[in-house]
Amino acid sequence: MANEVFDRVKKIIVDRLSVDEDKITLDATFKDDLGADSLDIVELIMELEDEFDLEISDEDAEKISTVGDVVTYISEHQG
Amino acid sequence: MSTGRVSIVTGASRGIGRAIAIELGKDGGNVVVNYQGRSEAAEETAAAIRANGGQALVVQADVSVAADVERLVAAALDAFGQIDVLVNNAGITRDGLLMRMKDEDWDAVHNTNLRGAFLLIREVTRPMMKRRQGSIINITSVVGQIGNAGQVNYSAAKAGLIGLTKSVAKELASRNITVNAVAPGYIETEMTQMLGEEAANAMRAGIPLGRAGTPEDVAAAVAFLTSSKARYITGQVLNVDGGMVM
Ligand SMILES: NC(=O)c1ccc[n+]([C@@H]2O[C@H](COP(=O)([O-])OP(=O)(O)OC[C@H]3O[C@@H](n4cnc5c(N)ncnc54)[C@H](OP(=O)(O)O)[C@@H]3O)[C@@H](O)[C@H]2O)c1
Repeated sequence: MANEVFDRVKKIIVDRLSVDEDKITLDATFKDDLGADSLDIVELIMELEDEFDLEISDEDAEKISTVGDVVTYISEHQG
Repeated sequence: MSTGRVSIVTGASRGIGRAIAIELGKDGGNVVVNYQGRSEAAEETAAAIRANGGQALVVQADVSVAADVERLVAAALDAFGQIDVLVNNAGITRDGLLMRMKDEDWDAVHNTNLRGAFLLIREVTRPMMKRRQGSIINITSVVGQIGNAGQVNYSAAKAGLIGLTKSVAKELASRNITVNAVAPGYIETEMTQMLGEEAANAMRAGIPLGRAGTPEDVAAAVAFLTSSKARYITGQVLNVDGGMVM
């Protein structure tokens, strides 16, 4: 389950941030390791919401810092 | 130059919006012609665009209603696959002196003139950001810069549009999206016909170039600001007012 989520998340990040796939580890932070700015993060969140058909509140979105945070959040909230 | 470009123009059934839609439809442009109530007038705008070799899609939507705006932008993406230009032109007046102004008149003017622009910008931003390209124009007014007795609602909304323009310009600049405002002065349309002859003459007397403007004068400024020639211009207000404000 978490693995499948990770693969789908990875694909979106590669598309959006144009980074190498092997840079996307669970520990990688969006800002420092993947070079995302605040607009990139908003775009990513919106795309993840579409891909996984869920809504991520601004409050929860603010807590997201690593790729692992996203995978955990989605795995926990997917219906 | 505009071949294949896709533009949404709100309030394009008549007046300034119609002239802008026709201008952006030249040279093979695709234009989404939005209107609120007058479908026949909107169809006339579309026919003029097609006669020039452009493509037009007519979409009814009240810009102050979020669901309508979503539908409008979805229809544009469905038909043309992308959005290059957004012109927030739809606007209304409900004039009256402050002391006698009704809440509804304040709200109606803000909802259409300011909230409408916010809703549309929010809706087109994502498709524009994805393509790292876009140009947004908000039609404000000289009244938003210098005020006007009898138009507290309208001038506040138009001044609000200038603030909106500058903030969005800053937010989206890193994605190669430019956001500018155009401030017409006294332009001959239905909106200004309501003024009456005496007020109109007084307006003309205050215009250095000595005449009222035409919708085409405003459309020319929009054409420039949305062209590649203006790609280094963002967050600005361009007055098209015969020198009224300088
Ligand atoms: N004329 C001037 O001297 C002057 C000066 C400065 C600024 N401006 C600004 O320029 C813009 C155009 O003015 P204009 O003189 O061309 O006005 P106009 O002739 O009165 O036309 C107004 C247009 O806006 C549309 N509209 C009104 N409310 C709408 C809504 N809620 N949703 C969607 N469309 C709506 C109308 O559609 P329907 O036809 O379907 O009703 C019409 O196409 C306005 O923003 C105005 O404030 C005008």
